[in-house]
Amino acid sequence: MEKTWNNKAWFLVLPVLLLVAFSAVIPLMTVVNYSVQDTFGNNEFFWAGTDWFTEILKSARFWEALQRNLLFSFIILALEIPLGIFIALNMPKKGIGVPICLVLMALPLLIPWNVVGTIWQVFGRVDIGLLGHTLEALGVDYNYVRDPIDAWITVIVMDVWHWTSLVVLLCYAGLVSIPDAYYQAAKIDGASRWSVFRYIQLPKMKRVLLIAVLLRFMDSFMIYTEPFVVTGGGPGNSTTFLSIDLVKTAVGQFDLGPAAAMSIVYFLIILLLSWIFYTVMTSSDADT
Amino acid sequence: MSFSWMAWTLPTALFFLTILALLIGMSIWEYFAPGGSPRTGILRFETTRGDRLFISLLGAAFIHLAWLGLIGPNLWWALAIAVVYAIGVFRFV
Repeated sequence: MEKTWNNKAWFLVLPVLLLVAFSAVIPLMTVVNYSVQDTFGNNEFFWAGTDWFTEILKSARFWEALQRNLLFSFIILALEIPLGIFIALNMPKKGIGVPICLVLMALPLLIPWNVVGTIWQVFGRVDIGLLGHTLEALGVDYNYVRDPIDAWITVIVMDVWHWTSLVVLLCYAGLVSIPDAYYQAAKIDGASRWSVFRYIQLPKMKRVLLIAVLLRFMDSFMIYTEPFVVTGGGPGNSTTFLSIDLVKTAVGQFDLGPAAAMSIVYFLIILLLSWIFYTVMTSSDADT
Repeated sequence: MSFSWMAWTLPTALFFLTILALLIGMSIWEYFAPGGSPRTGILRFETTRGDRLFISLLGAAFIHLAWLGLIGPNLWWALAIAVVYAIGVFRFV
């Protein structure tokens, strides 16, 4: 039977288009408008041209925050993706253990960002926190309020705790979709555990891994709430990521023009890196 | 309904109208030549017409930013480079 083509179906996506228009396109347009002007409030604007962009691009503060962001995302991906795959591979595939593991894995994802920040802020404190107090008792000089390295370790461990579950659940979904016939064929061939992973499980997980890498990259690159609650961007500026710097500029200093310019540069960087990730991973997927 | 809170200016309005015109133009092109004309160019992965527009616009944004950061606020040369770059993308990518 020949398929019927009907362009009226476009009306079905109209609500989504309107929603995206109001929630994304109009705010983005407004940010572009703000980025070329200066304002002191009262809805009065003064033309500034490309001054804010020049200021941002020549600001050491911006580049340092960008470097911190890139380093943070790199560390997060390097830790969460292998760890997520490892946990997913070792999770039970049948029996009562499956729902228990799935619920345990889903729990961190259900906790709001600011609550996660608060939990770790208290957890890491040397005076009352379990982690901080235990480390001090063991003779480890740990203080995330004072030491930049400790602050970074705390923020990274917190993110790994919060978001590795997402990678685990995605990988697990990919793993359980592999038919038993593949494993039986591998067993007949006498394939090693590594070969099964390399030639069966990893290729079958590729699509979900693409989603996991993209989601974790974009989310870690835009991270704000958790490090803001735990360290407030400190000590000094050591955990001031782009989003924290942006909020400081826009809300703290009320410099809306520079903040808008910074937002656009930030948006373009995320767009570029996400596109590169997506293209590289889908191209290699097409090759296999 | 007032849109004064969006702080519109003539240059930014022209910028968005240009983007809109490009999208409308691409839609008309797609209507007359459907399928997006996918091909594999010098980047060695398949791109459609829409992908090539995306690469052109994203590249144009970075060309302008690089010009602003490295050379100066006069962006006409950056615009010229971006147009040449977009033609290159549509021709070879």
